[in-house]
Amino acid sequence: MSGWETIIGLEIHAQLATQSKIFSGSATRYGAPPNSQANLVDLGYPGVLPVLNGEAVRMAVKLGLALNARIASHSVFARKNYFYPDLPKGYQISQYELPIVAEGAIDIVLEDGSTKRIGVTRAHLEEDAGKSLHEGLPGVTGIDLNRAGTPLVEIVSEPHMRSAKEAVAYMKKVHTLVRYLEICDGNMQEGSFRCDANVSVRRSGTQKFGTRAEIKNLNSFRFVERAINYEVARQIELLESGGTIVQETRLYDPDKGETRSMRSKEEANDYRYFPDPDLLPVELDAAYIESVRATLPELPDQKAARLCSQYGLSAYDAGVLTASRELAAYYEEVVREVPGEPKLAANWVMGELAAALNKENLEVSCGRLPAKQLGGLLQRIADHTISGKIAKEVFEAMWAEGGSADALIEARGLRQITDSAAIERVIDEVLARNPGQLADFRAGKDKLFGFFVGQVMKATGGKANPGQLNELLKKKLAP
Amino acid sequence: MSELHHTSLTALAAGLRARRFSSVELVRACLARIDRHQGALNAFISVTREQALTQAEAADRALAAGEGGALTGVPIAHKDIFCTQGVRTTCGSRMLDTFVSPYDATVVRKLRAAGAIMLGKTNMDEFAMGSSNETSYYGPVRNPWNPALVPGGSSGGSAAAVAARLVPGATATDTGGSIRQPAALCGITGMKPTYGRVSRYGMIAFASSLDQGGVLTATAADAALMLREMAGFDPQDSTSVDRPVPDYLAALEQPLAGLKVGLLKEFFDKGLDPQNEACVREGLRVYEQLGARLTEVSLPHLPLSVPVYYVVAPAECSSNLARFDGVRFGHRCENPRDLQDLYRRSRGEGFGAEVKRRIMTGTYVLSAGYYDAYYLKAQRVRQLINADFIRAFQSVDVLIGPTTPTPAFAIGSKTADPITMYLNDIYTIGANLAGLPAVSVPCGFVKELPVGLQVVGPHFSEARVLQAAHAFQRVTDWHTRVPQGYA
Amino acid sequence: MSLTREQLASIAALARLDLSAAEVPVYQQSLSSILEFIGALEAADTASVAPMAHPLAGLSQRLRPDVVTETDRHEEYQLNAPQVAAGLYLVPKVIE
Ligand SMILES: [Mg+2]
Ligand SMILES: [Zn+2]
Repeated sequence: MSGWETIIGLEIHAQLATQSKIFSGSATRYGAPPNSQANLVDLGYPGVLPVLNGEAVRMAVKLGLALNARIASHSVFARKNYFYPDLPKGYQISQYELPIVAEGAIDIVLEDGSTKRIGVTRAHLEEDAGKSLHEGLPGVTGIDLNRAGTPLVEIVSEPHMRSAKEAVAYMKKVHTLVRYLEICDGNMQEGSFRCDANVSVRRSGTQKFGTRAEIKNLNSFRFVERAINYEVARQIELLESGGTIVQETRLYDPDKGETRSMRSKEEANDYRYFPDPDLLPVELDAAYIESVRATLPELPDQKAARLCSQYGLSAYDAGVLTASRELAAYYEEVVREVPGEPKLAANWVMGELAAALNKENLEVSCGRLPAKQLGGLLQRIADHTISGKIAKEVFEAMWAEGGSADALIEARGLRQITDSAAIERVIDEVLARNPGQLADFRAGKDKLFGFFVGQVMKATGGKANPGQLNELLKKKLAP
Repeated sequence: MSELHHTSLTALAAGLRARRFSSVELVRACLARIDRHQGALNAFISVTREQALTQAEAADRALAAGEGGALTGVPIAHKDIFCTQGVRTTCGSRMLDTFVSPYDATVVRKLRAAGAIMLGKTNMDEFAMGSSNETSYYGPVRNPWNPALVPGGSSGGSAAAVAARLVPGATATDTGGSIRQPAALCGITGMKPTYGRVSRYGMIAFASSLDQGGVLTATAADAALMLREMAGFDPQDSTSVDRPVPDYLAALEQPLAGLKVGLLKEFFDKGLDPQNEACVREGLRVYEQLGARLTEVSLPHLPLSVPVYYVVAPAECSSNLARFDGVRFGHRCENPRDLQDLYRRSRGEGFGAEVKRRIMTGTYVLSAGYYDAYYLKAQRVRQLINADFIRAFQSVDVLIGPTTPTPAFAIGSKTADPITMYLNDIYTIGANLAGLPAVSVPCGFVKELPVGLQVVGPHFSEARVLQAAHAFQRVTDWHTRVPQGYA
Repeated sequence: MSLTREQLASIAALARLDLSAAEVPVYQQSLSSILEFIGALEAADTASVAPMAHPLAGLSQRLRPDVVTETDRHEEYQLNAPQVAAGLYLVPKVIE
């Protein structure tokens, strides 16, 4: 790909976690029987009218504040006109010229640890469409309008991303943010959080943007990365072989791992936007906006910064630990158990715990290993009751059977031997059992020191305090 | 009994409460007149006989028990643009020929709550697009004053039914004159309230920023009573205004002395038939005798109201009617080849010529490259027209002028050229663009054909506008004239 | 301003309206005269005039409480539907 620069902009659609739809009193629950949650307004019945859900507005404002964006005191809903079976009214109620949120930004951390600011052009409220089902319906398509009218916030980025990795980092950051704000459940399998990627390439050093392709409905981070990489390769190949890129909508096929043109959506897409005469302008005053600001939680970046200063963590560790509100809360609860050891806590939460959760793909919030319990284990490392090596063994047991660290250490007699006399006794036995190696050592084979350490550890089942063992063994072997 | 149909809606409501006659008698009398004249007038698309009689019996029980609302037992008709639960609601279109609404429009619900009894659904121009009732899928409505003439439109069925005294009152809608113009052409009273005064929920949309529900009755007092029961805030309509409804009926008797009446200069233009003008000028003299002070006012941008309307209304209608796609309700073509064929033929077959014309006009003015030149430009001129009205109402209380340029015209005489048809609404459209309340009252006759006088007031001045109409009717008898053969 | 057959065809396509051969010249003629008629707006001086999208200036959108008020009535609502199966509205196969 050398000689080429990639330009990426994302349009993220996040379903807002409201109880009812954006313009009707229908439920928004996922997975209900077909059309059981589509009322007359959602179906676009003759004569019905939309009424705006105040909670959707509040959530959009929350997002805008978190993006340090401008909250519009005056925003307008517009109709986007096009015919499609999953669009009951023949138009989507969206926002066009005057969105509720504009000019925000979000910082992402690149692989080299540096941060990059990605501009957010706008975020607007709109209604989701229904679903078309093809499976098991020979020759026909079935339309389920349960999703029609579900509130969406569409977050449109500036074309600031230069690689699939940056795009994924940005999307993950937005995903983290909407979950922190509790305005979206972030469930990508269910389509609650999905994105369209606008991808183009240009010769390095040139200024003019290339023709872009819009890849629709990417509903996993992996797909975003693969789809963009495929699309970039396709465009470069096409251009290098003298072809030209056509501006079009493309669909990513996860099975084939490629994008293909979506002509059906292409033909005659003159959306004829105009202000929706059934809805009045949304007017928000400063008092309202401040009342929403007052409900903002500590945001990921603020939390990460605090973790660095408060616990002396690296930016990287803080970033990992604040990936979700739950993980950060868990970490801080562990630290409360071992106040002196924030770094030790970080290592265990990001290491042992994360690995164990991954293996059974569980969430930290699953409750399998309460923070107090892990904290209890770390206390025993901190006070030298057990070594780090033994601690791993205790952790396995805790994970498998539960129970407190202390109980397990006692039950399994894993407490370290710190009694010098006891350790000396074992050393004497080991030396007596290995006269040959002892002779060689005295003859100058220094590296046999490790051999004796190993033998003592073996005999004590690894419980001998390593520091004491070294001291005592040195004495014994001294000429 | 035989004279019941000549009794005003207000008097009928009082008579029912006084139990001088029963609701069943009254409903039977009206149904009998509908049976007798429907063939000649074609004013109804559906007649809900059994339902009406059942409701009448219930009304009589309520009246006997001294219960009931302001309209208990009073028969009315609904324009077929209002959704009525369990009753076919066609909007005058083949598209909805078999459509049975699963819900009631707010207006329908409110009038029923007040005790009114629906006798049926009245004929109308298809999707309210027309000024002559000739675009209805169910055939033209005939003018009771002369069956060769149009009753006006789009609420022609409601107007003819009231003019022929088949019902004492009917609901109607007005997007560019669809209540006032047929009222004028049929010699009755037609009231279009302020935009947002009457809920649009359940009123099938034509042009959402212009549509407003209202009433057609014999007298201004009847209109005041019916409107009082229909109007009011509706949480299901975001454009409905949360503001108390005055008792229009109780306010009617206030004297007009000192009322500042503006003569709309632009309304007395070359397009106005001299004989119509004579009637309207005579009407203005009556207002002077009632103590009103006349001054001429000019609304310089008003002449542009028809072109503005024919951009804005089609634009909104092209979007509002996109939901009729043959998927969830309405007409679907026979064995479609594919989805696009389903859309194109279902809509091509389901919509009539005028509706298609307006959908295409609207699609064009909103399309890429034309939006600014047509749609945005029209909305700017609309702002100028609105400003003209606001300025005028700083110096006068109401504006008075003709409702239409001419009396009723012959069926078929204007169907060839849409523009001449559109120009029928030249005096009524302004009030829709600015969302103003306006009433049309009979003010004379030209060759045995009624002529209408229009009173337009500032926003939410319904009480004032109705007072002006009522005062006029207390000293004139044009509104009491009944077409020959309907006595 | 007169409309070509091609322009009319593209408008009809955008509006999803099937026009018969007989309708085409009729609409070409009437739409052309309508466009000429509304062309009168061009003359109006609207410099620095804001478009008026709504007749009641100064009113703003009311916000509804986030409450579920609806129950499942799809069977009743689908009585008006031309083709349904298993609660789904059916249309000819849509290929993406
Ligand atoms: Mg988009
Ligand atoms: Zn969107």
